[in-house]
Amino acid sequence: MSVQSYYVPEQSRWPILASVALFMMAYGGGSLINSLSANTGGGGGLLMLLAGALGMGLVLLGWFSNVIHESNKGLYSSQMDRSFRWGMSWFIFSEIMFFAAFFGTLFYIRNLSVPWLGGEGEKGVSNLLWQGFAAEWPLMSTPDQQAFPGPKGVIDPWHIPLLNTVLLISSSFTVTLAHKALKLGNRQRIIFWLAVTVVLGVIFLYFQAYEYAQAYNDLGLTLNAGVYGATFFILTGFHGLHVTLGTLMLIIIFLRVVKGHFSVEKHFGFEAVAWYWHFVDVVWVGLFLFVYII
Amino acid sequence: MTSSSASTHHHGPAVGLSRWLYTTNHKDIGTLYLWFSFAMFLTGGCMALLIRAELFQPGLQLIQPDFFNQMTTMHGLIMVFGAVMPAFVGLANWMIPMMVGAPDMALPRMNNWSFWILPFAFSMMLSTLFMEGGAPNFGWTFYAPLSTTYAPPSVTFFIFAVHMMGISSIMGAINIIATILNLRAPGMSMMKLPLFVWTWLITAFLLIAVMPVLAGVVTMMLMDIHFGTSFFNAAGGGDPVLFQHVFWFFGHPEVYIMILPAFGIVSEIIPTFARKRLFGYPSMVYATASIALLSFIVWAHHMFTVGLPLVAEVFFMFATMLIAVPTGVKVFNWVATMFRGSMTFETPMLFALAFVVLFTIGGFSGLMLAIAPADFQYHDTYFVVAHFHYVLVPGAVFAIMAGAYYWLPKWCGNYYNETMGKVHFWCSFVGVNITFFPMHFIGLAGMPRRIPDYALQFADFNAVATVGAFMFGFSQLIFLYNVIHCIRKGRQASSEVWEGSHGLEWTLPSPAPYHSFSEAPKVK
Repeated sequence: MSVQSYYVPEQSRWPILASVALFMMAYGGGSLINSLSANTGGGGGLLMLLAGALGMGLVLLGWFSNVIHESNKGLYSSQMDRSFRWGMSWFIFSEIMFFAAFFGTLFYIRNLSVPWLGGEGEKGVSNLLWQGFAAEWPLMSTPDQQAFPGPKGVIDPWHIPLLNTVLLISSSFTVTLAHKALKLGNRQRIIFWLAVTVVLGVIFLYFQAYEYAQAYNDLGLTLNAGVYGATFFILTGFHGLHVTLGTLMLIIIFLRVVKGHFSVEKHFGFEAVAWYWHFVDVVWVGLFLFVYII
Repeated sequence: MTSSSASTHHHGPAVGLSRWLYTTNHKDIGTLYLWFSFAMFLTGGCMALLIRAELFQPGLQLIQPDFFNQMTTMHGLIMVFGAVMPAFVGLANWMIPMMVGAPDMALPRMNNWSFWILPFAFSMMLSTLFMEGGAPNFGWTFYAPLSTTYAPPSVTFFIFAVHMMGISSIMGAINIIATILNLRAPGMSMMKLPLFVWTWLITAFLLIAVMPVLAGVVTMMLMDIHFGTSFFNAAGGGDPVLFQHVFWFFGHPEVYIMILPAFGIVSEIIPTFARKRLFGYPSMVYATASIALLSFIVWAHHMFTVGLPLVAEVFFMFATMLIAVPTGVKVFNWVATMFRGSMTFETPMLFALAFVVLFTIGGFSGLMLAIAPADFQYHDTYFVVAHFHYVLVPGAVFAIMAGAYYWLPKWCGNYYNETMGKVHFWCSFVGVNITFFPMHFIGLAGMPRRIPDYALQFADFNAVATVGAFMFGFSQLIFLYNVIHCIRKGRQASSEVWEGSHGLEWTLPSPAPYHSFSEAPKVK
């Protein structure tokens, strides 16, 4: 391997601007949430949050276009490409661990703490605090039905969730077909398959929103419906957020392909988004299995 | 290597404030991290002194209990996330590219972002002190329901501050891994890496694995507080103990995040001043990796008294004790490195030696705490406080000091004042032991932690500990003065700096040039 030059960028304004934007989002979000909980308006916090989010969006656009520009100028060696690959891989690993925390929570609650609370097992003594509470999963009636009224019903896995599973798994295939087309340099076909992937993602999100509405309006399955609702919404909710982010990333990649970006040899940005999309897909399979079916 | 990287950027730093705000240079960013960490060290230190001043005598003299709780909470959070972790990241930024023969960190702009998130995050965290209801007062471990049902409103900002620190740490860790795996000079194989680099590689892996779990647990807190969920509330079918499980799944690897780089620093310093090669290099690498892997299966030893099933108590007790094996390997190797070496005792070596001895004391008290039935007695007493301060202050902090003295001549081109360094060391060494050693006794006698008042029988040892704390605290000003003196008018240092030094970083002139290895060095 020849010794190639490694591009070290000059000074950049993006990181400090991104820090300011992140701070505004955090501080604004915190103020907003606190004033909503205290019922004292919250306009200032909301404004700060939105300004921060807008700023972050602009920074990311600027930062990424900077990177794309440098890449087009041929400043990036294959070693740089590997740095990006390591970076994205470890970022996805961190995301896996984020979901692992919530899956771990679900398993602990289902298999240990709810049975104990219902008087089963070695720590069943905790049932003394909530006598009459019986363990079950899904947890339809909570120990304190006044504070946390349990759901009247849960989502049937064999309708919308099954459909969503089919949608997401298909979208993993379509993004791979787009990647194949990119390797062959067939731009029409990349555009087609990417468009299909984006549409599948959007339909998934539509059904997910529809399911949430159904849960809230018809089933009484809410954030407040005890720990079943809590685990259901935190897992599916964060997954939905990640699908939203992934769809946005796919749309950006789509626009870049339309503009003529990416070559047969160099298309790391494309691959990074594809990896992310597969990751989101795999998490969904876990969700379908452990949240909906079992 | 005449192409882009050499021709597209300047050969020296930019002037003025923009150098620090916009920099992509690993040395500048390392410097920022280190100064930030020192500022946080003094801030958290002042809080510690306030705590010790209140505890000088029984009864309430200076501060109210609620403010005392805010101080213990903020002291812990600031020292862990603001002082120790950024100091190690600062050292990594400075040293890893030089040690592996890289031009800079792998992702320099992201490197800048990792740093600049921190001042904002800590401003937000410190601002909670001035909010209505006061700062977080539930301890740095923020157990539910203290941190949910009974928390002050400022907890929301605490949660978002933790999110920001997490983002910063994850990006920093990704950068370090990418640098080590991808930017090594030709010939620098993995098993030739300096141990500081190895320990940081493993630490970075731990960071990426557990910081998201911390983000997850604070998110569940946020949901419980503001959005009606019941993760940590048994009334809705949740479990407050779940909080502790998730928190310590992050928290225990976090403990090793704060000590593995310290192992690395000490493993660099001892061979230099013993003028021998490090004894058992491969076993050091494997021991570090074993400690990191074991750190994922021992978390519940923090929770022995919470009501775990018996099988869990036994499993976590034995798994914890297993960690003593790789740690013992390390201590043995350090001692064996010194065996029959031509030792000299410059300040970095003094700190490193104190590390080996005092960290081992902290390790032994950790073994005592690992015995589940004994822990029922020690739990939440000052014995625990003594234990983790022994591994964190004369452990992590002493290693950071050792590293700072060791590499300072490489950073600024001048030697620090050796006499002043030795005075700093001895004041710190004596002060630390006066502060924390008596805590073992009052803890075994039953004094609980996180309480502003105590029974009369604990008075003498508490008074002694307070005197030691002030001694330790003020002697850090010697360090500050010595560093500034060294930067301004220290004696000119050579490239090797130390007689027995070896490694790529010592082949560069002192001070190290703004861009380390624009041309990759050859490693034999």
